[in-house]
Amino acid sequence: MSAIALSTRGLSKSFGSLVVARDIELELPVGARYALIGPNGAGKTTLINLMTGMLAPNAGRIFLGEEDITALEPQDRVRRGLARTFQINTLFAGLNALEAVTLAVCERRGISGEFWRNVAAHGEAVDEAYDILVKLRLGDSCYQPTRELPYGRQRLLEIALALATRPRVLLLDEPAAGVPHEESGEIFEVVAGLSNNLTLLFIEHDMHVVFRFATHIIVLVGGGVFTQGSPKEIAADPGVREVYLGTRKHG
Amino acid sequence: MAVADTAQSPRVYLRHLSRWRGIEIAFWLATLVPFILLPNYLSLASQIAITALFALSLDLILGYAGIVSLGHAAFFGIGAYTAGLISAKLGWGEPLTGLLAAALIAGLAGYATSFIIARFRHLALIMLTLGFGLLLAELANSAGWLTGGVDGLQGIRMWPLLGVFKFDLYGYTAYSYGLAVLFVVFLGARRLIHSPFGLALRGIRENWLRMPAIGADSRAHIRTIYTIAAAIAGVAGALLAQTTETVSLDSLGFERSAEVVVMLVLGGAGRLYGGLIGAAIFMVARDQFSGIAPQYWYFWIGALLVAVVMFLPNGILGGLSKILARWGYR
Amino acid sequence: MLPPVVGVLFDGFAYGMLLFLLSVGQSVTLGMMNFINLAHCAFAMLGGYVAVILVNDFGWPFFAVLPVAFAAAAVVSIGFERALYRPLYKATDLDQVLLTIGITFMSVAVAAYVFTTAQQPIQLPSYLRQSIEVLGLRLAVYRLILIAMSLVITGVLVAALEYTRFGAQVRASVDNARMARGLGIDVDRTFAITFALGSGLAGLGGALAIEIVGLDPSFAFTYLVYVLIVVSVGGLGSIRGSFAAAAVLGISDIAGKYYVPQVGAFLIYLVMISLLMWRPTGLFGRR
Repeated sequence: MSAIALSTRGLSKSFGSLVVARDIELELPVGARYALIGPNGAGKTTLINLMTGMLAPNAGRIFLGEEDITALEPQDRVRRGLARTFQINTLFAGLNALEAVTLAVCERRGISGEFWRNVAAHGEAVDEAYDILVKLRLGDSCYQPTRELPYGRQRLLEIALALATRPRVLLLDEPAAGVPHEESGEIFEVVAGLSNNLTLLFIEHDMHVVFRFATHIIVLVGGGVFTQGSPKEIAADPGVREVYLGTRKHG
Repeated sequence: MAVADTAQSPRVYLRHLSRWRGIEIAFWLATLVPFILLPNYLSLASQIAITALFALSLDLILGYAGIVSLGHAAFFGIGAYTAGLISAKLGWGEPLTGLLAAALIAGLAGYATSFIIARFRHLALIMLTLGFGLLLAELANSAGWLTGGVDGLQGIRMWPLLGVFKFDLYGYTAYSYGLAVLFVVFLGARRLIHSPFGLALRGIRENWLRMPAIGADSRAHIRTIYTIAAAIAGVAGALLAQTTETVSLDSLGFERSAEVVVMLVLGGAGRLYGGLIGAAIFMVARDQFSGIAPQYWYFWIGALLVAVVMFLPNGILGGLSKILARWGYR
Repeated sequence: MLPPVVGVLFDGFAYGMLLFLLSVGQSVTLGMMNFINLAHCAFAMLGGYVAVILVNDFGWPFFAVLPVAFAAAAVVSIGFERALYRPLYKATDLDQVLLTIGITFMSVAVAAYVFTTAQQPIQLPSYLRQSIEVLGLRLAVYRLILIAMSLVITGVLVAALEYTRFGAQVRASVDNARMARGLGIDVDRTFAITFALGSGLAGLGGALAIEIVGLDPSFAFTYLVYVLIVVSVGGLGSIRGSFAAAAVLGISDIAGKYYVPQVGAFLIYLVMISLLMWRPTGLFGRR
């Protein structure tokens, strides 16, 4: 029985009469490659917001490993190893990639309160940031201001920022969203190359990507878990097909 | 467009970003010019140095952390009254210790209010800074027994600086003192900006939402910089009290808070020199136009603000750096 | 016999109603577009000066002047919205603050130049300057009419918001502009009309304010602070919130100045700070 990296128990959230999360029960084992799919408005990003603490639930609990993190602030959850990327680029437009990732590394190392020595003097932090950027194929453009980077690069930077926090669990919200098909392969190769100790949950609409990378699929509809299972099971499930996949077959 | 060689190692590149540029050295050399060429303007120059320090303190929170404060003069005034009261009521006229006391008291006030300030954004934040400033101004007005009320604080007498340099009518001591303090504080601020903490502040300004997602405690950072900015504003206020030997209610009034925002925006926020340049231009202009009726002054300041926002959103320095960037200078 | 405190409450409520008229437009447009318009009270001031000219110089009856004050402020605001505000809807808070403060500075300077900095009296008909006796208390007729007008206007606003199609569009745009656009609502047009109406109400408030608080060029700034307090305490986008906040603040201010004059002036700031800390999005704000 593998250890559970992230789990939710009875997670619920509503805005007045609008229910966006309905009694969600999830378990992600360590090293999992889980995909979260569902029609638009199903509550996928909302679920990530609940898990990371950007949204407070009305009921339910969230566990990172054994620890109940339901009451923790977002930054404290990140410090304990839960990171996420945003569906819409949420980057530091005026900083260059090196500065941005260095900032994340400094925060993780607890030296971001240091105001006397130059950033460059914290050599290990800078080197670590640079290594992450190189691994994500951003090494040669890391001196450019983020706002000047091409869109695909910015999506990679989203991931780099999350990786700089050395997460145990990484939630990717449509990592290749808006990226032209030819470039999205690069992003997923990067994702595939991530350590097996890292637990991944990714939201994705492209079914080819989902069936290629996911070992387990969770289908969210109307704020609740519609069904979940292996890719084969989901592909064969007529209910899922009806609600989301359309009539094309996958295998 | 970055001229930096991409073959540079990351550490070297980052250090390169914070090197002293020729134009900075030219700027500081230029501040010595009034001693030699404009001895009649030394009093004005010392006022400019004081205002520049005040604008610098606002830049730290507005330009670097993105906090729009319409009540920053509260700390300026607290510093001014602290330094003034130490001399007037306690009879202690030593300037440097007076500065330290002002920094301490203003810093404490900043620290206390920072807990509230750090929790809010947008309109609520602007309103809170405005509210605190107005509240303090009213309190100072009513506490006439302490502040001297509308008449101002009387009886401030400063001892010679370092035991030797008397504050004379010509302003040599005043300007040297003000300029020296400005320079020292500036050096500190410059180090801060290029440190990991400075990077965190820019992160807060660039994208508030992303900060918690990388594990940052933005509120703690804001509390720190707000306290530091309050202390520096207090030092500026103390300098005013000491060099002019008066303190009045307008040192913490809304007008002073609004003016410093205008100066900073004019010069360009977030560039450390923007406040200094904006203060210089503003004060010189006001001195030149002091004969004209106040309504004209307000008209042109208003027009200037509208022009800056519509055409020059990053202030003068922003516009200049865009021009320089086109010539490949980074 | 009514105790004098009722008189204080009455004056406070009347003052609150004035603040409401001045603030309601600002609250709705801030809630809709998140655009910080610090020139709002400059439009109020315009309404006031228009009223002064028409009544004092042209001898118009006071009640005929009120719609003109409303219209003048509304029309002028449309010009500003088109030319200067629209490009800045997506700009930073600071830019919006600076632009609108700049406009206010300019309008204050123009007002001082044209009208001088003296207080402008307005020649009201004699029946408006009287007071009537109600249960032992002397209540000013002017304030009674002010309260009555404000209540009627509030009723009209609330009804329009609830029962008209335009009102529904406004409510949708305030609630979620992006979704409203997705539903086919022309949010920009809705905003422009609401903005004009809000500025018009401010102009009306400015005209009505002359008799109560006087009119001089500093009006644009002095009452800006009160309007901002009402809006931030009441909650953006909420008519109910503005009404409640204006009433509370009006009464606190008058009562404070009457009963504890030493503290009176800054009581209003203390109340604002405390309320904002308790409810940062305002009493009736969202989230």
